[in-house]
Amino acid sequence: MAGAKEIRGKISSIQNTQKITSAMEMVAASKMRKAQARMAATRPYADKMVNVIGHLAYANSEYPHPYLIAADSVTRVGYVVITTDRGLCGGLNVNLFRRLIKDFQSRHDNGVTIQTAAIGRKGAQFLKRTGSNVDAEVDGLGDAPGLPDVIGPIRAMLEAYDEGRIQELHLVHNRFVNTMTQEPTIRRLLPLEPPDSSVSAGNRDEERELEALRERHWDYIYEPEAAEVLDALLQRYIESLVYQGVVENIACEMAARMIAMKSATDNAGDLIDDLQLQYNKARQGAITQELTEIVSGAAAVSG
Amino acid sequence: MATTIHVDIVSAEAEIYSGEATMVHAPAELGEVGIAPRHTPLVTRLVPGDVRVKTESGEEEIVYVSGGILEVQPYVVTVLSDTAARAHDLDEAAVEEARRKAAERISEQHDEYDYARARAELAEAAAQLQTIRKLRDRVAADRS
Repeated sequence: MAGAKEIRGKISSIQNTQKITSAMEMVAASKMRKAQARMAATRPYADKMVNVIGHLAYANSEYPHPYLIAADSVTRVGYVVITTDRGLCGGLNVNLFRRLIKDFQSRHDNGVTIQTAAIGRKGAQFLKRTGSNVDAEVDGLGDAPGLPDVIGPIRAMLEAYDEGRIQELHLVHNRFVNTMTQEPTIRRLLPLEPPDSSVSAGNRDEERELEALRERHWDYIYEPEAAEVLDALLQRYIESLVYQGVVENIACEMAARMIAMKSATDNAGDLIDDLQLQYNKARQGAITQELTEIVSGAAAVSG
Repeated sequence: MATTIHVDIVSAEAEIYSGEATMVHAPAELGEVGIAPRHTPLVTRLVPGDVRVKTESGEEEIVYVSGGILEVQPYVVTVLSDTAARAHDLDEAAVEEARRKAAERISEQHDEYDYARARAELAEAAAQLQTIRKLRDRVAADRS
């Protein structure tokens, strides 16, 4: 049986670890709530933008924007991969990578080359380790990144698209389903799917409104030019989608970390219980042994 | 007849202002525009400046925008505000920075995507997870 002192040392070391994990759990929980609030705050912008783009698509169809047209043949595809900067968040990143690898593999089998931009350190490390083509990366965003923080990789990919170096652009991130579930998703950014269909599907009033708009044949006044305005609009739309992904991924990270740390804390508790039992046994064993020695010693002397 | 126009000012990060107004001034690219209710539909880019919203009570709300897009419908004005000064040079600098970072460890890159290696790593991670789960089960079984 291991010495009681050793076991006591182990227990106190595990207790320290438990303190850390339970603190991390609480920090992650509070950060998750904040991240969720930020997630909600990003929605109005994208919703409004979808409205405007929807109106534009109806009102002005003579200018076909390259972002809205699918290329004839796809030989190079771009990915914007959003991951966390730090670990200790369960299987969050690994699940995302697994989903990504599957997608890469099927692209690869079809003879498509892949180009990536990484947002978040874990993704950048993974992509580089596996030798994929990383065009741009940004990391160290913290818990509350601003849109300007992520502009670099987005612009790099948009430029690649503009110059025809990639024919499709996909966004890879974790979707926040609820605190327990985060789902890795890959969605296509470019060419843009018409944004109005998904929005107005469940909204009769809006649909009727759009119908009325179409019948009245109105158009916006554009200042300066329709093309330039649409350019600026679509670019911002893509940026806002990626930014939303980043914010959502942070909420996922915090939720995953919270769960991981909670189970770590629970496990530490179990370990401590086990060790405590062992310690008590060892202590009792030592006492019994001592008593036996004393008693048998006394018996020997008196006998 | 409505005498007010609904104003929404939003940025990618948060909703900034929402309310009714009798008049809105905004710094459009081709000069400041004033928008009253029942203005004709208009879409324009904004330059950095103040958006001034005159509310029904006659007060004036001033919101600084660093550029963005202004959309006007007869009874709705939407300002899609940029969150920070966006100049072409600044964007370029961000792109350069991102590229430089990506190139830093370029020596580690291979020409061909290394599927075998990626899969091996994933298998390893999956195995680790499995081991942890098994250990946990065993601990649970031991205790019961």
